Amino acid sequence: MSQESMNAQTGISLANLEIFASTLETIAKADKDIYAVTSDSRGSGKLVSFGQKLPEQIIEIGIAEQNLVGVAAGLSSMGKKVFAVSPACFLTARALEQIKNDVCYSNNPVKLIGISAGVSYGALGSTHHSLHDFAVMRAIHNITVVAPADNFETAEAIRQAAQAAQPFYIRFGKKVMPSLSETNTQFEFGKGRVIKEGKDIVLIATGEAVYPALQAAEQLSTENIDAAVISMHTIKPLDTELIARYAQKCKAIITIEEHSIYGGLGEACASFLLQNQLNKPFKIMGIPDEYTVTGSQNEIFSHYGLTGRGIAEESRKFLK
Amino acid sequence: MMTINELQLKSKEYRRKILKYIYHAKAGHTGGSLSIIDILNVLYNRILKVSPETWSSKTRDIYIQSKGHCVEALYVVLADKGFFPEDDLLTLCQYQSPYIGHPTKKIKGMEQNTGGLGHGLSICCGSALAAKKDESPVKVFTVLGDGEMAEGSNWEAFMFAAHYKLDNLCAVLDYNKLQITAANADVMGLEPLDKKLEAFGWAVKHIDGHDIDALVNTFESLPFEKGKPSFVIAHTVKGKGVSYMENVLKWHHGVPNAEQLEIAMNELG
Repeated sequence: MSQESMNAQTGISLANLEIFASTLETIAKADKDIYAVTSDSRGSGKLVSFGQKLPEQIIEIGIAEQNLVGVAAGLSSMGKKVFAVSPACFLTARALEQIKNDVCYSNNPVKLIGISAGVSYGALGSTHHSLHDFAVMRAIHNITVVAPADNFETAEAIRQAAQAAQPFYIRFGKKVMPSLSETNTQFEFGKGRVIKEGKDIVLIATGEAVYPALQAAEQLSTENIDAAVISMHTIKPLDTELIARYAQKCKAIITIEEHSIYGGLGEACASFLLQNQLNKPFKIMGIPDEYTVTGSQNEIFSHYGLTGRGIAEESRKFLK
Repeated sequence: MMTINELQLKSKEYRRKILKYIYHAKAGHTGGSLSIIDILNVLYNRILKVSPETWSSKTRDIYIQSKGHCVEALYVVLADKGFFPEDDLLTLCQYQSPYIGHPTKKIKGMEQNTGGLGHGLSICCGSALAAKKDESPVKVFTVLGDGEMAEGSNWEAFMFAAHYKLDNLCAVLDYNKLQITAANADVMGLEPLDKKLEAFGWAVKHIDGHDIDALVNTFESLPFEKGKPSFVIAHTVKGKGVSYMENVLKWHHGVPNAEQLEIAMNELG
């Protein structure tokens, strides 16, 4: 078991960002072919320590995301295990062509790390939000798309991605994320992680929207509503087998993500369910197609009902 | 080692083959393939330490064609060097053929899937830096087009290469002065390019991109300045070698008809 999951079990939770940085530093100390490539993002990526301790293994590109990804591809083609670290909002927009051509199409196994994802940047506003990233990445062949929920999933995602010779996009935020489960210590790309069993309704969430889903399930259980909670950390490839199982078992399905309601986890699930005749009452919760309300990340979540209370309320509607 | 004379004969042979396969496929980037071919000839026959036998070696030299569309030129050179049977090129652009209109790694000898302009130099920067980190003798080369130079990503890479003192990196401009719609100077001019690149921290040389002797001497003198990446402004002619194609816009991707092909083959005889 990793230090990170031990921390979680003893109640020490950190931001996924910090776990990413400490995990990367640990594995890079043991493998000099692991590189971090940054776009003036050492501070925001919590890689200052990495840079001081492993100066030969960090490469600063400056605020030039296209070059960041191209250089990462080049390093990767020479056998380096490259983590390209940049805010998700810029990495997956400005450098999208480099991701598509130089990482995915050319099959250079870069690990793209989108930090401060979703609405992590809060009141800095929409230029700094990434609500499109699942949508665009899903439509590009040859990339595994991951939004780890808690510290355990983050540590495992980084560790396992480092050993896999294929492209990854892994995104997370910077607020403290409590451990989701003391007992479920399974992590496998492409396999959903059942955090809580249930049969009345299934809440399929990803990334930092899983915790509020779990809070909703806890609320609902006091009303004798038995909600299952799945952390679908891997958006692509989606664990359709698990989704089918819970869709058959439960009376309704709600998906929750820190992403547009378009093109992300929700629509990925909906597409699978409808094309496989698994027609249950279904709702996608996320950020709607409007100018995002201004405020902190928590305020934005609250405004759009992405909280324990909001998700419980939507759940009750299906089960009345 | 091939002599200058042998290389000059090779260039003619390559030009005939470029036209042969473009004619057969009924598609291709004709003008640019004819302008780049002397550069590729010298690189693959005199400079690059790479061959079919050393293809998977970690110390092979690297060539990435950033102006990916002039792939026909690269195909005929790689075939000639034995990376794949030349007959494969009869499938150029056909259904399910790996020989498409831009380089892909499916073809032995091709490093990256280029075609989107402005990507090659960044990738080369990564490769060159990796080589420096490994204290490896690997040399990295790329060729860009003049239209391509408008892509901002190139200039990010120019900054990077100078910042990291990548003197194992050489970029070449196939400066044939024409892009698709019009002359480069009219679309989005580059001049004064040498001053711009020098300001970005590169060591720059101008040569005639069809002068085999100059190409050999220039590449053999790399790096031009220790601690700086090198840039070769190779002045070329789009459609070089075929009288009715030279400097004519429409031959960017024109396919000769049978009569035109015969005229061209005679001129290149």
